[in-house]
Amino acid sequence: MTQETASEEKKRNPIVPFLRIPEDPKEEPYLWGSKCKACGAVFLGERIACGKCGDTDPLEEVHLSDEGEIYVFSVVHQTVPGLEAPYVAAIIDLPEGVSVRGNVYGLDPENPSPEWFGKKVRMYTEKVRTDREGNDVIAAKFRVLN
Amino acid sequence: MRDVAIVGAGMIKFGRYPDKDVVSLAADAAIGALKDAGISINEVEMVASGNLYQSNAMIGQRIMKEIGATGVPVVNVANACATGSTAFREAYMAVASGMYDVALAIGSEQMGKMGLLGAGGGNRDYSTEGVMGTGLMPGVFGQAGVEHMRKYGTKMEHFAKISVKNHKHGVHNPYAQYQQETPLEDVMNARMIAWPNTLYMCCPTGDGAAAAVLMSAEKAKQHTTKPIWVAASALTSDPWQERNPTMFDVNTLTRNAAKLAYDQAGIGPEELSQVELHDCFATAELIHYENLGLCGDGEAGDFIDRGDPQIGGRIPVNASGGLLSKGHPLGATGVANILEIVWHLRGQAGGRQVENSKVGLAHVIGLGSACTIHIIKK
Repeated sequence: MTQETASEEKKRNPIVPFLRIPEDPKEEPYLWGSKCKACGAVFLGERIACGKCGDTDPLEEVHLSDEGEIYVFSVVHQTVPGLEAPYVAAIIDLPEGVSVRGNVYGLDPENPSPEWFGKKVRMYTEKVRTDREGNDVIAAKFRVLN
Repeated sequence: MRDVAIVGAGMIKFGRYPDKDVVSLAADAAIGALKDAGISINEVEMVASGNLYQSNAMIGQRIMKEIGATGVPVVNVANACATGSTAFREAYMAVASGMYDVALAIGSEQMGKMGLLGAGGGNRDYSTEGVMGTGLMPGVFGQAGVEHMRKYGTKMEHFAKISVKNHKHGVHNPYAQYQQETPLEDVMNARMIAWPNTLYMCCPTGDGAAAAVLMSAEKAKQHTTKPIWVAASALTSDPWQERNPTMFDVNTLTRNAAKLAYDQAGIGPEELSQVELHDCFATAELIHYENLGLCGDGEAGDFIDRGDPQIGGRIPVNASGGLLSKGHPLGATGVANILEIVWHLRGQAGGRQVENSKVGLAHVIGLGSACTIHIIKK
């Protein structure tokens, strides 16, 4: 490795391909997906073809909302080593007709409740770890809106 | 398609065998099935081997080297948790098609203390577990149960009662990894794994093997006066669903497989004597009561409250003790739950016998996705 590449500035890498972090730090990161022009089905990230109707025309990119609502959840207590637990692991429905997995904060994990169904949440991004090349790994997380 | 009979059944007790290798476990089960059928390996015309973690290492052929390398066709099958039942189906189709008269299906797996499944491999720096929701099985199946809570107001106690029932059944199953009752209070107060699934609502990982000998009707008559018949064999994968794969859909493909299987067998769920279904977690069993049509939508809570799925109830479910008691060595599971039905139909199920069982259903679902349903009758 040359001196030049070693001193290269570290990057902010999204943890999943469907989280986009704009080059311009003034622009907010966002989730994106692909929409089938034939049937309207929406998918996270890039698609080769439509998984619903099989249409092979290029899908249209959609910028997904940063607000959604909790469809269902679990509270994970036993997990892989090195992770903080318990955490609220939810399925979040976005208004574009696609869902995303997310950790939800602002709820008491010790008291899961049916009142959590349908709660509005907003996405934010956070550095969760550093990868082996020294880049920041950025995840999308969700906070309950009051 | 021709009628296909199950003539031989062999299985080892599920558990942990750190001193044995998986080929020898599978060989024990296969030899058991051959002896039960009253034939030798020389009469087997094709072999389907189900094993999730060793199919790329040609485990089917390695088993044959152990029990008799006769040179017949061997296929290695991997299909998530439905691996064993998909191998069974391959053997079934080989005979039903008319191509072979005698086929051997073997399911095996050695997992040891593998721990939580679903964290995913790959680059751990970019693992989303615990930072963008969960892909761990207890949480995934927790969410599936929580969806039922959302739709119908189901309570954690409903799921817990399933664990109580299955462990009660499992006490009488000598093949089960755990033969121990778990009272409701213990289930509710056990360590939480992923809400609402506590420790006793999650199946254990382990090692195991099970095998079946399948024959054409004509061949079966030469070996037994009481063949057991495969009345239906269905296999489905996920149709598109808007939340899937963000949220695995364990319901739709089960419903689709159930419809196919009931149509093939020409019966409805009300005619079943018993069911072995895929209770990898207590939450899963409850939603499958409805998916298999054992009760109406939204009625699964009442169904377990009334004791309908107990042995002696309206339609006994998981008389074996289910995966919660038996354990879930992935490739073995799908063959094992078909064999459980076979033993009940033969009246060989001992202390857990469902009286006068005439027709049973065996269901397995693998995430990602594969669902098999077999209907087995006298």
